[in-house]
Amino acid sequence: MVRRLPRPLAVSSSLLLGLLVGLLLVSCKKQPGASVSGNEIPVGEFASLTGSTATFGQSSHEGLMLAVEQINAAGGVLGGKTIRIIYEDDRSEQAEATTAVQKLISRDRVVAVIGEVASSRSLAGATVCQQYKIPMLSPASTNPAVTRVGDYIFRICFTDDFQGTVGAQFANKQGWKRVAVFTDVANDYSKGLAAAFRAEYSRGAGTIVAEESYRAEDNDFKAQLTTIKSANPDAVYLPGYYGDVVKILVQARQLGITVPFFGGDGWDSEETLKLGAAANGCFFTTHYHPDDPRPEVQKFIADYKARYNGKVPDAMAILGYDAGRVIADAINRAGRPEPAAIRDALAQTNNFPGASGVITIDENRNARKPIVILELQNGTTRLKDSIAPQ
Amino acid sequence: MTNGPMTALPSESRLSLAQPRVPVWVVNLGLTALLAVLWPIDRLMAEYMDPYFLRILVLIGINVMLAVSLNLINGITGQFSLGHAGFMAIGAYTTGTIMHYWRPEGPMIPVAIVALLILGGVFASAAGLVIGIPTLRLRGDYLAIATLGFGEIIYTLIINTEYIGPLRVGGASGLHGIPIVANFFWTYAGVVVCVVCVWRIAYSAKGMAFRAVREDEVAAAAMGIDTTYYKVSAFVIGAFFSGVAGGLFAMYQGNLDPAGFRFMRSFEIVVMVVLGGQGSITGSILAAAILTYLPEQLRFLSGVWRMIFYSILLIGMMLLRPGGLLGSRELWWTRRRIEPPRHPVAS
Amino acid sequence: MHDLLQQLVNGLSIGAVYALIALGYTMVYGVLRLINFAHGEVYMSGAVVGYYVAQATTQHNLPTWLALPIVFASAMLACSVLGFLIEFFAYRPLRHSPRLVALITAIGMSLLLQNVAQMSSVFGPTPRRMPPLIEPRVVISFYVGQAASPVTVSNLDLLSFGLAMLLMVVLWWIVTKTRTGLALRAVSYRFDTASLMGINTNRIISFTFVLGSALAAVAGVVDAIRYDVKPLMGLMPGLKAFVAAVLGGIGSIPGAAVGGMLIGLLETMAKGYISSAYGDAAAFVVLILILLIRPSGLLASPAAEKV
Repeated sequence: MVRRLPRPLAVSSSLLLGLLVGLLLVSCKKQPGASVSGNEIPVGEFASLTGSTATFGQSSHEGLMLAVEQINAAGGVLGGKTIRIIYEDDRSEQAEATTAVQKLISRDRVVAVIGEVASSRSLAGATVCQQYKIPMLSPASTNPAVTRVGDYIFRICFTDDFQGTVGAQFANKQGWKRVAVFTDVANDYSKGLAAAFRAEYSRGAGTIVAEESYRAEDNDFKAQLTTIKSANPDAVYLPGYYGDVVKILVQARQLGITVPFFGGDGWDSEETLKLGAAANGCFFTTHYHPDDPRPEVQKFIADYKARYNGKVPDAMAILGYDAGRVIADAINRAGRPEPAAIRDALAQTNNFPGASGVITIDENRNARKPIVILELQNGTTRLKDSIAPQ
Repeated sequence: MTNGPMTALPSESRLSLAQPRVPVWVVNLGLTALLAVLWPIDRLMAEYMDPYFLRILVLIGINVMLAVSLNLINGITGQFSLGHAGFMAIGAYTTGTIMHYWRPEGPMIPVAIVALLILGGVFASAAGLVIGIPTLRLRGDYLAIATLGFGEIIYTLIINTEYIGPLRVGGASGLHGIPIVANFFWTYAGVVVCVVCVWRIAYSAKGMAFRAVREDEVAAAAMGIDTTYYKVSAFVIGAFFSGVAGGLFAMYQGNLDPAGFRFMRSFEIVVMVVLGGQGSITGSILAAAILTYLPEQLRFLSGVWRMIFYSILLIGMMLLRPGGLLGSRELWWTRRRIEPPRHPVAS
Repeated sequence: MHDLLQQLVNGLSIGAVYALIALGYTMVYGVLRLINFAHGEVYMSGAVVGYYVAQATTQHNLPTWLALPIVFASAMLACSVLGFLIEFFAYRPLRHSPRLVALITAIGMSLLLQNVAQMSSVFGPTPRRMPPLIEPRVVISFYVGQAASPVTVSNLDLLSFGLAMLLMVVLWWIVTKTRTGLALRAVSYRFDTASLMGINTNRIISFTFVLGSALAAVAGVVDAIRYDVKPLMGLMPGLKAFVAAVLGGIGSIPGAAVGGMLIGLLETMAKGYISSAYGDAAAFVVLILILLIRPSGLLASPAAEKV
């Protein structure tokens, strides 16, 4: 006997069926590989524009957009083609990063991908980029594992190994025999620097008298600082980001800790300068010195301020800027907007005059750049030392 | 006084005791056939489908498992758990760390997948036991916060563990390089198993007991139902499938970031259950699909606006239609919803 | 000994802020049986408003003794309005709905406020420090035993602790000595009966939210001065303050105060003596222990469950 389906069942099943068919039609795979139409070259970017590390993602994004705008205004690449940045927000989440990069590659068919700041998300994106053979350029991820994912993955910043080692050598040079290490355990970058520091420092004459840890979302560090104070160090290695560094320095001085603190390029920001007296006598390693007479640096700082309402650029911004310029340069040298050619051109980047330093990509696809050590005094920085890449 | 969502009790009891129209063996055969046909579908999709869309489908599958397993705890048993991502994390890390160390080849791969998923589920169940038993006495809001606390404790434990014996856990840096062996087939096989299990539990005599615990715990105990057993069971079973979902996620994503297993993740799963209707399994499936797909469609909206839209959606939903899309009925139920009596606020 | 005393000072200083936020939670829970998840975001809003007002006062070169009260007052005012609006639009329509619906709405409201704050037009995601209103100085320092350096108490510690104490005394006075406070207690005891007795429950509930939000605003400004302002700053302190309220006995005002101090101390001790990594988890472990051992909290008498 034929029975009519009850109405909700009929409605819902026909809706679902319709949806299914529609989705299947929409979901067919396009031709593999990248696509370039007309005068635009699509380059993808994935960054953490929202979420817990939004401030870094936005900074590097702003730097990148500035570079691309300038390049397009000056005539573009490959004789008049403009670069179109297709950017996706990964909300500071790793799974989102993979999805975003997958979309950029499969749907937007980009010829190259720029990203990310956080090493864990760069690793996620790199897996996808390597699988589809699209070159990826990370502006600021410092974990050595990122470029080891494959031969299509590059970075234009130095790695944790290098920076941490330089920090330790500096400590030895300063004659600090007792050093405390204060690491952000929730942060890959901080842990990486601390590990490299420890390895190099223990080869010298000094000892690490205290190891404390914090998490980036903490506000109060007095508990750990009290312990550090009791250990009586000559200096404290603090390889964290400026948001926490600023608070830690203030609280340390409140507790009566007067010894110098020193850290890495995560310190590089206007906020650190604004600290004034609390930061006197502190040091950090970074990419460039703001008074560096090189025209790239000065022009970048001026242009960034003009473009973004007087905002002073931080390390992420300058790295994002250089990422854009390096990619454009690679596209030009490749001669054609094809991922494989761009990859080869990137690998051959040699002495590129970046704003964040003269960039040469080495055989491990990491950037070989000089590193500078800056000293903080009265709200400004002073060049303490400059170290050429090994 | 009850804390549960609006339900239509008399009709549910009629349904549960109704004779099934289709014999069980036919259903079981059908399900096996479904599982078998998933494999060629997976191969076809890998060949012809846009990989981005395929990824969304797999993520939908994982979220469906999470939502349905949470529905068992929240919707059907009425235990408001805000720590579901913690179970997922345990499953993900169990499967992920062992896969990362073992790296099986060839024919060992399916064996490894099944074995590790079950292992991940079992470990997550153990955690469910650990969480379920002490929180027995807690109600509503307190239970929510306690489970939230457990979730945070699990997160803290993960970020402070670099290695467990020879297995690399990775701590706050996360775990990278897990072999990517999960795909559409494994994910949806897991979905089928999960949905069938939860469905059969929910619509059985035992399922009535779960619901009784949700409706009025004291009355259920007075009726001779061992509320302890059912509450803990809900946690254990829900945690098992959450762990399996986590394991699938680990083997699909290839990387694990502990920050992705915190309160926000738990909350996203809760939103799926609430949107679909607490107590409605098909509702959870629908809501999980919608809430996984929708953010992808809303990519044109800049990041913050996406989240704002999401939160306004949630608030609006609670204000206008707190039962969710399907209330506590399943998708094709024909009976009308019976308006429940209004609950007093405090008594 | 030196370390212990210093950690004690640190703990009480943090605990005072937790206490202020916990008071808001406990009062709202007392009258509505609702965990106002958005309370942490009210605290954050206080910090944001305080930041902008402080910038304005600095631009006009107002002296500290004038600027500081203005900053606090404007933050309190803004947050009171915000608290009132949240209750009016999001919680009042759900007054008679199951508690979990209201709880989920509260979570949604919390997310909304967090993300509105992240919009560049409102505040943006970058943490910012307050313009210098108070120069942190060491006010009290004393040597203990053979320690090489003294135990220090800074003016910020005194500010947070002093303000918290003052506000708690004011709150206690309002709740116990005024008619509105009496009405508030009546509503928290028995909602329906209170309305039968002629108490305008809507007004009392709004008043509760206003009061709690004002306290959270003060906590927000204090933390803004001590640390910095960022849109996600309300999440963890909100959760910990809720744990504090539960610890002290939810619905009990002295309980929230005591709970706040205890959580602050516990967290600091855990960070200092066990491991800094487990500092946050310590609060949650405490929560679970309290819920297992004495769910009604320290200061409230165990309530029997009515059938």
